Amino acid sequence: METAATPKKTKKAKQTPFDYSKYIRGGKLPHIWCPGCGHGIVLKSLLRAIDTTGRSNNDFALVSGIGCSSRTPGYVDFNTLHTLHGRALAYATGLKMAKPNLKVIVTTGDGDALAIGGNHFIHTCRRNIDMVIMVYNNYIYGMTSGQFSPTTAQGMIATTSRYGNIESPFDVCKMAEASGATFVARGTAYHYGELEKILYEAIMHKGTAVIDIIDSCPTYYGRFNKFKTPSEMMEKIEKEGTIPLKQAAGLPPEKLQGKLIRGIIYKKERPEYTSEYAKLVEKAGGKSK
Amino acid sequence: MKIAEDLSRVEETEKGDDLPNIVINETYCKGCGICIDFCPTDVLEMRGNLVAVKNLEACTKCQLCDLRCPDFAIQVF
Repeated sequence: METAATPKKTKKAKQTPFDYSKYIRGGKLPHIWCPGCGHGIVLKSLLRAIDTTGRSNNDFALVSGIGCSSRTPGYVDFNTLHTLHGRALAYATGLKMAKPNLKVIVTTGDGDALAIGGNHFIHTCRRNIDMVIMVYNNYIYGMTSGQFSPTTAQGMIATTSRYGNIESPFDVCKMAEASGATFVARGTAYHYGELEKILYEAIMHKGTAVIDIIDSCPTYYGRFNKFKTPSEMMEKIEKEGTIPLKQAAGLPPEKLQGKLIRGIIYKKERPEYTSEYAKLVEKAGGKSK
Repeated sequence: MKIAEDLSRVEETEKGDDLPNIVINETYCKGCGICIDFCPTDVLEMRGNLVAVKNLEACTKCQLCDLRCPDFAIQVF
């Protein structure tokens, strides 16, 4: 039996194309992302996930910082906020405190969230404030011409690491989990359907949801590291470089070497920040929203 | 509205009822080739810098090109 709560693919839905125009601002397309950039695929998955929730456009707020991924709110017809580099989560926290009924979605990149905004990231997770943090992880600073980022793997070439990167990368999911996020998942642009389901679950979750989205930057990361086409990059990094959680459970550690686990990695219920704050306001004799 | 306005400039492959419709929005397409490489039945090809339909009869309406297009440029129905 099908329920309205889960994303479904009926035969009829397969035949009609999804209408994105409801969620796209008029005259904003084509977007500025390079040919083959995975950000567009991630955006489409997000729009389909939002459509499945059945909520109005006004119930959502998209907040972003600076970077390629942070261009996302400019194209979509929700409440949107384009803020300072790395500070998207700080703005989003303020927005959520002022309007607790909005579903805040933060679209941020690996550099934006983890380097300049690293401190905001861990403290947002610690507070468990109700928002979805989408980390578009393309392993590079795309907008500023390809410097290595905190997630660039060891040995990979970037503008600032011409002989290979010597730094160890962050594992976004482990970091989020350790910081206190209550929903941690990883998806890829290649697995668009799985990503859509993860995003839907994340939107429905009450608490901080962090999704590490493995993405590709053919212009810089792909060109420097000898990936010939965007599709080759998607297959090698996103398809062959990841393994589903269920499949990984039965495998010995040597077979998981160099592979990232995708799926919903961690989920837990914990008191949420804005509801705790409302309780505090009531306790102090004030009026909560 | 919005996308629909731009779609007026679209070249539509109007064929019989039993054949699928593949709509390529040439103002959005950037020619990255993702749709061509992931098409299981080799329906699409590159013509100049843009994607074009080569073999419409082979299309199975799987919509892999539609779902993996980063540019909102292709629709199959």
